[in-house]
Amino acid sequence: MTTQRPRVTRNTPKFKDLLRDTRFWRVAGQVIAVLLFLLLVILVVDNVIYNLRALGIQLGFGFLGSQASFDIGETLISYNPADSYGRAILVGLVNSLRVIVVGLVLATILGLVAGIARLSNNWLVRQLALVYVETIRNIPLLLQLFFWYFAFFLQLPNVANQITLPGSTYLSSRGLYLPWIQGGAGAGVWLLLLALGIAGAIAVWQWRTQVMQERGVRGNQMLWALAPIVVAIALAYIINGAIPFRITLPQMVDTEQIEGGLRLSPEFGTLLLGLVVYTGSFIAEIVRAGIQAVPQGQWEAARALGLKSGRIMQSVVLPQALRVIIPPLTSQYLNLAKNSSLAIAIGFPDVYFVASTTFNQTGRAVEVMFLIMITYLTISLIISLAMNLFNRTVQFKER
Amino acid sequence: MQTELPPPVAPPISRASSPWEWMRVNLFSTWYNIILTIVCVVIIVVGISNLLRWVFDIAQWNVVVTNLQLFFVGRFPPELYWRVWLSLGVLACLAGIAWGFSRTDARWLSHSTLIALGVIVAAVILLPIPLSSRLWLVTIALVATIGYAAGRQLPPNLSSWLPVMWGVAFLLVWWLIKGGLGLAPTPTTVWSGLLLTLLTATTSIILSFPLGVLLALGRQSPLPVVRGLSTLYIEVIRGLPLIGILFLAQVMLPLFLPPWFRDLDRVLRAIAGLVLFSAAYLAENVRGGLQAVPRGQAEAAKALGLGAPLTVSLIVLPQALKAVIPAIVGQFISLFKDTSLLALFGLLELTGIARSILAQPEFIGRYAEVYLFIGLIYWIFCYGMSQASRNLERKLNVGQR
Amino acid sequence: MLKWSSLLLSAALLAAPLSGCSRFLYPQLSAQEGGAASGAVLNRVKTRGRLSCGVSGNLPGFSYVTQQGEYNGLDVDICRAIAAAMFDDPQAVDFRNLTAKERFTALQAGEIDVLSRNTTWTISRDTSIGLEFAPTVFYDGQGMMVKQSSGIKDLKGLQGRSVCVQTGTSTEQNLADQMRKLGVKYTPIVFEDDKATFAAYQQGRCEGVTSDRSQLVAQRSALPNPDEHILLEIVMSKEPLAPAVRNNDPQWYDTVKWVIFGLIEAEELGITSQNIDSFANSEDPVVRRLLGTEGDLGQGLGLTNDFIARAIREVGNYGEIYNRNLGPDTQLNLPRGQNELWTDGGLHYAPPFR
Repeated sequence: MTTQRPRVTRNTPKFKDLLRDTRFWRVAGQVIAVLLFLLLVILVVDNVIYNLRALGIQLGFGFLGSQASFDIGETLISYNPADSYGRAILVGLVNSLRVIVVGLVLATILGLVAGIARLSNNWLVRQLALVYVETIRNIPLLLQLFFWYFAFFLQLPNVANQITLPGSTYLSSRGLYLPWIQGGAGAGVWLLLLALGIAGAIAVWQWRTQVMQERGVRGNQMLWALAPIVVAIALAYIINGAIPFRITLPQMVDTEQIEGGLRLSPEFGTLLLGLVVYTGSFIAEIVRAGIQAVPQGQWEAARALGLKSGRIMQSVVLPQALRVIIPPLTSQYLNLAKNSSLAIAIGFPDVYFVASTTFNQTGRAVEVMFLIMITYLTISLIISLAMNLFNRTVQFKER
Repeated sequence: MQTELPPPVAPPISRASSPWEWMRVNLFSTWYNIILTIVCVVIIVVGISNLLRWVFDIAQWNVVVTNLQLFFVGRFPPELYWRVWLSLGVLACLAGIAWGFSRTDARWLSHSTLIALGVIVAAVILLPIPLSSRLWLVTIALVATIGYAAGRQLPPNLSSWLPVMWGVAFLLVWWLIKGGLGLAPTPTTVWSGLLLTLLTATTSIILSFPLGVLLALGRQSPLPVVRGLSTLYIEVIRGLPLIGILFLAQVMLPLFLPPWFRDLDRVLRAIAGLVLFSAAYLAENVRGGLQAVPRGQAEAAKALGLGAPLTVSLIVLPQALKAVIPAIVGQFISLFKDTSLLALFGLLELTGIARSILAQPEFIGRYAEVYLFIGLIYWIFCYGMSQASRNLERKLNVGQR
Repeated sequence: MLKWSSLLLSAALLAAPLSGCSRFLYPQLSAQEGGAASGAVLNRVKTRGRLSCGVSGNLPGFSYVTQQGEYNGLDVDICRAIAAAMFDDPQAVDFRNLTAKERFTALQAGEIDVLSRNTTWTISRDTSIGLEFAPTVFYDGQGMMVKQSSGIKDLKGLQGRSVCVQTGTSTEQNLADQMRKLGVKYTPIVFEDDKATFAAYQQGRCEGVTSDRSQLVAQRSALPNPDEHILLEIVMSKEPLAPAVRNNDPQWYDTVKWVIFGLIEAEELGITSQNIDSFANSEDPVVRRLLGTEGDLGQGLGLTNDFIARAIREVGNYGEIYNRNLGPDTQLNLPRGQNELWTDGGLHYAPPFR
């Protein structure tokens, strides 16, 4: 048996062969991409340098330290016009985070309720939810914000004729005044211990669940989880010797002014309402699609076990639906965070608005844009990371 | 702002033997359903009666009636209105063909078609517009109906010509609006109202299409550098608010460009911003389609001796794009809504012109009327497009089975 | 590994010289446009044959679009005067509407040749963002408008109240300064544009609205019941409103500057668009130099000698421009006050044309 050696063509490399070689293209493609990218970067950087030089503009972040000398209407951290631009932008960032966090929570609740209502076995509820979703989803958010601000909030009666709601809550064109809990001295310690207690409670809950699953004994998670919280509260009481929280009620000091309580300005209220109603309609559709993705057999099996429909939704369907819901929900959360920048249209001082005012005063377009980009990318990244972590906990555990 | 969802599946239809039976099952099945029904009825009765009272009693629709032209075509010169009407006619004809083609059931007129006809007839009769506009509207409705009839007769293998026809119509409309090549040119400063909204939205989505497809392919590429750069672009853009990107395009684009681009038109700059933005989202949609194409397709093409570029352009991409048509329509709906942000940059598109109209001394304070009116315009377009996209999806799915 | 490092190396080698010497791509331009190339902008405008002028576009009396689609107003007429001086055609102007925020970038980027948009002349704008201010065309001051029924008499009356203000203006900072000085605690409600600012005030979101006094008067005239609103008797700041150009072409700056001085000088000499022809044979050397029948003042700027005469014939002198747009016959009816000539106790004063 003679074995013929295959003829090797390597000793005659031809250009044509090179063109057919995927390995060549693999390298060449990347080199070309890098070169094109570099060329683009160089062109842009070159243009920017040239344009800035020709216009006599300097680059640098030194301006962040100079005096802002403009005022901000709503601040959660102390600020006055003598503070720096950096501080002003920080104030804006805190305002942004406030509206994003509250908005995320409320939009989720609204979306969940509306999404479940879309599948209710009550015909009227179903239709109402459908009208809500299809109306809101098809109208631009900016327009909705203008509508809420100019046609709703600013049309409310003035302070003298304000609407009084039960529980010392006042609504007028100056905003919404709510009773609120105010922390005194030592409140920080309380909150810290309470947070630790809650974290402990979650850990204990998970531990007991595991014990229940592994050994088949009753978990009594609720009882066990209560323990760390009780301990934390007791500890806080011992350290402080008193409860440093009290409820403040909004009170009229004269015919035009209200003091005490929590005040939500019309601008904040508009932004929050707009974001929640708009995002809620998208979340509702996500929730509906998620629930429908759970096989009908799951409902039937749960019913066969004798569970009531509320219980089925809570313990059987929603946990499974979450796996389908979370990826698109993440993108809606990101949208809410990004859309909060529309605050500028209705005068709520969020980070985009303050940064853009800073740009106005200083003319530092490049630096301010860079700051805005970094801020929003960071916010987006944090939301994505948190949701990915959450996603991992609800996905199927391979056993 | 971006995600459009798969179409809702209607809840199972309960077979009801009589109205009483239907109500018992659907409204009063349990004690909490009875409470819910009562609450809903109260909400609906109070809501609708207040709305009706406001619409017919309190609201002053004068602001809308007087400024009807401003809302639709803004400051476009009246002697050139025929160009807008003609564009509308071309588009209506094509839309009719597409609609007729995408209809699946055998009935000649569906509910939605009837409703659309009813709306047009009501508009022609009720709207306080000059006679010439009425004639134009009637003609356009006729053209659309003829298109619809033609679309129903269209053999399926001709359907691939539809995108080409849309492309030609798009260029035709741009020529009619912008002028040049024998027509008197119009400066972009007179483009406003719904006209500008539609122009920017359609132009942006069309221009962002090639960029989006390239980015999607780049993100799927086996070459790490290409993949990295595409991913970087997509993720950075998707992490930024549109308002920031428009700011970049309006205020900073001149800084990035060579000096001879400085006189770049504002409308063009806005479109540039929208294109950069929408390309990233489009890329993600197309990527979804690419992933849905079975690997076997590419392997089969390779086995037949097709090179990578041919495999992608002839085998993979057509299948991927077909799969993502609904997602792209959804993307277009989002973009259509997002053009409202241009109002914050001094462009007088639909939202912008509404704000200008609200600044007219005689109509100060008529916010609810104006915002509801343009909200209705946005809604009609977005809802109509999403319904059409659902029809199209159904048609495409039928083809696949 | 080797592939990557060689790739990076070649990239770095390529990038280093390129980014190091900026303008390698457009060397011809750096000579023409960069630095202080005298006459570059002037020549560009001349070659183009049209002036590009940035205005506000919706400020009655200063720059606004009439029902017929024409631009009108004091700021607009300044641009028309420059165009008339250069091309003998007041219509050779392209107007661009700019928001308060866009205006400086538009000028810096060369989109417009001159910014005539009620812009306050301040040291930081003059020195740090590459601008040069032409003479003031309107002396203004920041005011505060409140509803008459509110009973507010001065800034202290705004304690604990809200004030609507537009962002991107020096107004926003002045308000903060003044209130800080008086120790008044107030809430600023800041808006992106004047439409939202005045709409919110009109809807009662704020007790007061602050802006330049001329703007407050203009906006008040557009409110449903103008008499119900009053301007407080305070001037919070000096607001000299002046056209601006980029500081890269001294010759272009001189052109804008001296056209404006020419309008003021003409009013002082009593030369109007109506009677200018009767001055053609004037014996007064001052008049003759201004109108270019004697001397070569225009040539020094790279223009024709009769450039002021053209501007006056087509647009009118400063007083005519003021009266046409803001004077007693207009809806605004702003008294001239500080905007009188220096000979009448005002602040407008042109250096000698010699």
